[in-house]
Amino acid sequence: MATNTEVTRRDASAAAQASGGTSAQRAQSAEAPIRPPVDIWEDKDGITLCADMPGVSKDRLNLRIDGNNLIVEGQVQLELAENAEALYADVRSGLYRRSFSLSGELETGKIEASLKDGVLTVRIPKRAELRPRKIEVQAS
Amino acid sequence: MFGIPSNMPSSVFDELWRLQQEVDELFGSWSSPLGIRSLPRGSFPAVNVGQTPERVDVYLFAPGIDPKSLEISMQQNLLTVSGKREVRAEEDTDYYRQERFSGEFRRVITLPEDVDPERVQAKYADGIVQIGIQRRESARPRQIEIH
Repeated sequence: MATNTEVTRRDASAAAQASGGTSAQRAQSAEAPIRPPVDIWEDKDGITLCADMPGVSKDRLNLRIDGNNLIVEGQVQLELAENAEALYADVRSGLYRRSFSLSGELETGKIEASLKDGVLTVRIPKRAELRPRKIEVQAS
Repeated sequence: MFGIPSNMPSSVFDELWRLQQEVDELFGSWSSPLGIRSLPRGSFPAVNVGQTPERVDVYLFAPGIDPKSLEISMQQNLLTVSGKREVRAEEDTDYYRQERFSGEFRRVITLPEDVDPERVQAKYADGIVQIGIQRRESARPRQIEIH
């Protein structure tokens, strides 16, 4: 079994060198990216996003903020034999991509992300001064 | 399958890229009749199957599962994988989107008839279950020498 580590490593470094837009354009011309399914929920301190991106390891994940948008990208790496041919394929693209526009009350500088077993979790906190406060109604 | 920039000439990489393109073509041109046990596209988990003369590899795209909860069994050339994925539902929160699969799943995959159900290996990494099944040697293509 040979892995295609070399090929994808080269791709990852090229993506890192190029600006974000270039890698997105290339992805569009090369193959249609998969839209990973997501769960998104909000609590009083922030918003959490979970995305299914199986086959993506930490070094092939590209999470970035572009202007007001959060962009999630990842490359799939499968351990394929060199002479492998496909018998069946539900997944026909090696790239995940999805973007979300953020709003001003979110603190983009304090985004935290983790990747475990192909599940990406992104935590986007709200600005402390903008967290909702309960307004007490004074009895008159 | 893997997007490779084509503006960086390098003979070794070009060769790998060309091989990858061939794999892409094979994956992309899948148009055989529907398997009787196949599930609609978008079912969890997604499955890819690759083969070489020596082995068949099944890839299940199953992120966020506990591999111990998986049940993998082979009956002749029929591979059955079942399991469960519990997506933690947060309480007291407002969901905007809930697109990720949650619950029990089962997939049955018909493999080539020459696979050896005694020689199966499975591993779980980055959310992909890879099940490798060796094929019987007698079924492999052999070079016949002319004397």
